[in-house]
Amino acid sequence: MSAILFLIVIGIIVAAGFLLIFIWAVKSGQYDDSYSPSVRMLFDNEESIPDKEEPLKKKS
Amino acid sequence: MELQKFTYDNKITRLFMNATILWGIVGMLVGLTIALELVFPLMSGGISWLSFGRLRPLHTNAVIFAFVGNGLFTGIYYSAPRLLKTPMFSELLGKIHFWGWQLIIVAAALTLPFGFTVGKEYAELEWPIDIAIALIWVVFGINLIMTTVKRRTKHIYVAIWFYIATFVTVAVLHIVNSINIPVSLLKSYPIYAGVQDALVQWWYGHNAVAFFLTTPYLGMMYYFIPKAANRPVYSYKLSIIHFWALIFLYIWAGPHHLLYTALPDWAQALGVVFSVMLIAPSWGGMINGLLTLRGAWDKVRESPVLKMFVVAVTAYGMSTFEGPLLSLKSVNAISHFTDWTIAHVHIGALGWNGMMTFGMLYWLFPRIYKTQLFSTKLANIHFWLATTGMLFFAIPLYFAGFAQSLMWKEFTADGYLKYPNFIETVTQVIPMYGIRILGGTLYITGVIIMIFNLIKTANAGTFVATEDDEAPALESHASVIDKGHRTLEGKPLLFTLLALAAILIGGIIEFVPMFMVKSNIPTISSVKPYTPLELEGRDIYIREGCYNCHSQMIRPFRSEVERYGDYTKAGETVYDHPFQFGSKRTGPDLAREGVKTGPLYKPNSWHYNHFFSPQKLVAESIMPPFPWLIANELDYSKISKKISVMQTLGVPYPEGYANQAKDELLKQANEIAQGLRNEGIDVTDTKEVIALIAYIQRLGTDIHRTDGSSAFTNK
Ligand code: HEC
Repeated sequence: MSAILFLIVIGIIVAAGFLLIFIWAVKSGQYDDSYSPSVRMLFDNEESIPDKEEPLKKKS
Repeated sequence: MELQKFTYDNKITRLFMNATILWGIVGMLVGLTIALELVFPLMSGGISWLSFGRLRPLHTNAVIFAFVGNGLFTGIYYSAPRLLKTPMFSELLGKIHFWGWQLIIVAAALTLPFGFTVGKEYAELEWPIDIAIALIWVVFGINLIMTTVKRRTKHIYVAIWFYIATFVTVAVLHIVNSINIPVSLLKSYPIYAGVQDALVQWWYGHNAVAFFLTTPYLGMMYYFIPKAANRPVYSYKLSIIHFWALIFLYIWAGPHHLLYTALPDWAQALGVVFSVMLIAPSWGGMINGLLTLRGAWDKVRESPVLKMFVVAVTAYGMSTFEGPLLSLKSVNAISHFTDWTIAHVHIGALGWNGMMTFGMLYWLFPRIYKTQLFSTKLANIHFWLATTGMLFFAIPLYFAGFAQSLMWKEFTADGYLKYPNFIETVTQVIPMYGIRILGGTLYITGVIIMIFNLIKTANAGTFVATEDDEAPALESHASVIDKGHRTLEGKPLLFTLLALAAILIGGIIEFVPMFMVKSNIPTISSVKPYTPLELEGRDIYIREGCYNCHSQMIRPFRSEVERYGDYTKAGETVYDHPFQFGSKRTGPDLAREGVKTGPLYKPNSWHYNHFFSPQKLVAESIMPPFPWLIANELDYSKISKKISVMQTLGVPYPEGYANQAKDELLKQANEIAQGLRNEGIDVTDTKEVIALIAYIQRLGTDIHRTDGSSAFTNK
């Protein structure tokens, strides 16, 4: 069943790749702030499209 | 800090959006057609490219890669620039990506119905199209990753992570599973065989669900739900955990598609364990999505967009609960090969992917056309049609799956199968197939209403081709304007990914062929390669998509051994490039169809008449007739090439056999045809049906060989 070995190797390479990226993300401070990004993504530059079905509220 | 001005391009979003709608309706209509064919098997009218086995792959490919594919590109091309505060990296790459992907879809539509297929579920497309997919996918990946690199926000929002994981993993999956050796422009054989091929295929198949249908849509969930509800995601921390846990677990779950098969037990157990663990991140994600709407349920009542999202996320929760359940061996013993699986995937496809897509479209159109949605009422009607349609689709199929499985397994008090006649278990579920058609029709009606509504919306508004935005530059980026390798070093993300891709491609090209070929050496000495005629017959079996209705994998249960014959051994499949285990038993298992002493055996003349008209022999059969197999001349011009490709793959045909293949083929064809003529059937030697009969009569016979005879002299 060399296919199993092969897939495990591929799986480990992919997982290791993700692990490296994860470590990079943590180290580079990606997750230092785990709240404000969720709020920040709500604010776009809304001026250019004013009249929408349910306009998104701007910062008050 | 100085603000930089830039624009978002809505033109590419619009292109993908329109393609999503177009291919969505096409894919669903093909689905409706094949659903009808299961109730009205004569509907295809003897037209080869309309028959079930040819259209079912078209349906799955269209819905997955065309509808959901364009849907996820819509979501990504709209949300990624806005989340990263920068335009997409390259408009040109975007255009190449869009048109390339549509060309691939058209190529699929022009090959699959005409029988050009590799014969592996969800990876049916032939090798030139596979190469095109890989190239276009890389174009998409470069565009996405470079956009991330050029971002103006320090933090990479969780949705982007989901998108990047999608790109990386799908690239790996697609390449690993599509290594085929061409025979001609539109015919190739996979490098793996039998159980090995099955394992690679379902590793791919499962992860395609995970990384094509799930992760990008989760990214979209984390963008569009907060946007539409105008409130942040319930827990951003949870979303990060959701992401990392999900991608680390998903890769290992594939073997749950091969429970009770000839796959080693420990690999099956591994698949089960990871599948069960998957419920944790999946439900974490579902809860996170739903709780985002806490305190906003009044909005949900009014907004069709949010309503659709709620049903989508709920369906995600349902199918990710059901998935682990179906991975338990005891449940899988009942569910596998039945309509339960079909119900399961449609909760995912109609509920999760469909509803997410519709919600997104209803949200995007008014924004991109700077107007109100034409009719909220129609959107609400669509919502109800889609929801009830989904239920009318899935519930009867759950029932059908259960009923059929129990009937297959039931014994009488005397120890005989209660329903030895397979057709009894088919007629039992036909009414359920009827209700499923109703469900599908409701669902499609909803989509048609949506299209009307969206066209009206677009006509009422004016298209906003670009939107302006401004943001300060990211400090760390100012210093890395220089080109070349230094830029790469400065970008660990991109660098890691490119390195990963390089390692993988290098490793695959170097080590797979030799590894695979060696390991395909048989472990059962009586198992021999197919004769040239049988090989041609097998290619017809693949071309007609018989595997969409018939399995070739007898599991080691008393009920199956009794019904079909001895259970399938791994060593019996070592020359099967590709494997044909199948995943659904709309008809009986065929793994031992050729065994003379077996419970299913039928003479050649029976098969001949059955292919011409199944209903003449089994009145209530829902197998379509294959009159063209009777009429068509067998094209055996490529048989030498096929044999030598098989030799390259390690199939032990004797040296120089490729040159004799044609004579051997004609000789065997003559024997079979003569036998048929003796029974009064008017047939010439080289009809396609002769090859197919040769293959069918070979199925499962090797381990029943008593005299040690062989068509070949090498052993
Ligand atoms: C739409 C699903 C469907 C497709 C596609 C289909 N079959 Fe069938 N097949 C059935 C059903 C249902 C039966 C059981 C009723 C009958 O015998 O006709 C059956 C029965 C059979 C049998 C008889 C099994 C037995 O011993 O009772 C054979 C052999 C067979 N099919 C071969 C094929 C081949 C070869 C193809 C492709 C060319 C094919 N089938 C395509 C549904 C299908």
